[in-house]
Amino acid sequence: MSVSAPADAGWRKHLPVINAFLRYGILIAIGFMMLYPLFWMIGGSFKNNQEIFSSIGFIPKEPTLNGFKKGWETSTEYTFATYLINTMKIVVPKVIVTVISSVIVAYGFARFAIPGRNLLFALLMATVLLPKSVLLIPQYLMFREFGWLDTYLPLIAPQAFAVEGFFVFMIIQFMRSLPMEMEEAAVMDGCNSFQVLTLVVAPVILPAIISVALFQFMWSMNDFLQPLIYLSSVEKYPVALALKMSIDVTEATSWNEILAMSTIALAPSLILFFLAQKYFVEGITSGAVKG
Amino acid sequence: MFNDKKIGALYVAPFVIGFLLFTAFPFVASFVLSLTDAQLQDQLGSANFTGLQNYTEMGRDATFQKSLGVTFFYVFITVPLKLAFALFIAVVLNFKLRAIGFFRTAYYLPSILGGSVAIAIVWRFVFAGDGLINQALEMIGITGVNWLGEPNTAMFSIILLRLWQFGSAMVVFLAGLKAIPEDLYEAADLDGASRMRQFWMITLPLLTPVLFFNFIMQIVQAFQEFNGPYIITGGGPLKSSYLLPLMIYEEGFKYFNLGYSSALSWVLFVIIAIFTAIAFWSQKHWVFYAQESDKNRGDKK
Repeated sequence: MSVSAPADAGWRKHLPVINAFLRYGILIAIGFMMLYPLFWMIGGSFKNNQEIFSSIGFIPKEPTLNGFKKGWETSTEYTFATYLINTMKIVVPKVIVTVISSVIVAYGFARFAIPGRNLLFALLMATVLLPKSVLLIPQYLMFREFGWLDTYLPLIAPQAFAVEGFFVFMIIQFMRSLPMEMEEAAVMDGCNSFQVLTLVVAPVILPAIISVALFQFMWSMNDFLQPLIYLSSVEKYPVALALKMSIDVTEATSWNEILAMSTIALAPSLILFFLAQKYFVEGITSGAVKG
Repeated sequence: MFNDKKIGALYVAPFVIGFLLFTAFPFVASFVLSLTDAQLQDQLGSANFTGLQNYTEMGRDATFQKSLGVTFFYVFITVPLKLAFALFIAVVLNFKLRAIGFFRTAYYLPSILGGSVAIAIVWRFVFAGDGLINQALEMIGITGVNWLGEPNTAMFSIILLRLWQFGSAMVVFLAGLKAIPEDLYEAADLDGASRMRQFWMITLPLLTPVLFFNFIMQIVQAFQEFNGPYIITGGGPLKSSYLLPLMIYEEGFKYFNLGYSSALSWVLFVIIAIFTAIAFWSQKHWVFYAQESDKNRGDKK
């Protein structure tokens, strides 16, 4: 917040400098505190177990890779690689079907006169606000009837039906902001609507598609409750469940292993975030500001 | 652009099918289940209709009342604090600063990672008896607290985890601030309005649509917090951090009381619905839309 202007003119001259100084001071202090738990986690994964709970510094005094070596082996019969691969087996198909279904449905909303359009749009937005826990038990029973328990299908299949209203909304907003001359020209040239979507619209809305893919990737990496309910065999566990299991089994002793595996678990998200942060910012603001 | 309703319906068909199958049907089914004594291990057909018994049971269930209380406490503390903090930082950032991109990234990062199990585990370590917080306190001569072991402080760790994720709300505020025309401030400067006055008279009113959006999203998310209490505190000690989503999960999947769990989830749904309804109903009194005429432009196409 800005400093309120004092009446004295001599002061006023220096105000921008003081102002900038204060702003940077606040920003750096808060930024440091915000990121410290992450530094501490990464540093801790290179420490030995005695050091983790005896110093607040994040730079290890005697760096060791033991945490990574032992953590990777895990306390189960599988290595951590199994859990990483399992996570990808869930996340990658989930992202793909989410993107395809969301784009198709958004295109219908943004470019077609459809019967009951306003009602459908209201329902779409309602899914954003509906707490997931109210659907949890009937969905579980339904998937049990399907024989889908202990498979990845309950986690992936619903996404093929554009169930995340937030993503559809994001793409609709993006499509609405586009000029339609290109699409109209394509129709003149004899393209049908699906060709217009795949050849003209899809390349232009690529930023929105990337935003959707990234958000779904992050959310699916973080997802814990759904795998917890649906997966029972350890060999099918994603990273989230494997980590939870590791604190139940070894927390009393092997802190550096747990921190090392937490670091690895966050690495894909961290890397993607730094490579593509502008898409996150654009994605999250598109609905709020334009809408 | 296209007027063929049949083809349009084809494009939105996946959503309609998915909505009916994975949202509408489970939504209704959970209300029906909430009127029964269904158990997880039994065949569904063997459940008995018990009317509103699950709901009246809540009146006698001390655990539920405790859980409801801590849930409200959690939401009422985190949502206003998080919004205020996000707005404060956004205003500080919305200045011709050099490294704004860097700071925005640093502040936004926790929102992306904060929901993960890995961060929840780090949180457990940070708040442990000899964890980061207590060691830091010790350095300045303060004896630490057993954060996760005391009923008064366990909730604090979960609240802080959510506040730590203020970045997504901040990014939305920041975009809203950027959309405010510069000349409004120039005019206010000429009229001699102080910075503080400019904030209250220009910035805040023009930011209300964004504030409205953030408020709704934060309320909806906060009422659904699960990972924090499940992994960091387990809901304890003495149920002091036993948020409603955790209770819904445990009633259903630990104690197998599907009927009671469904009833609890409906209570949570009604609470969120009431808050959202109040927000939408009240917005005409406090949310300021600058370009009313522009609003439904997209619909006319």
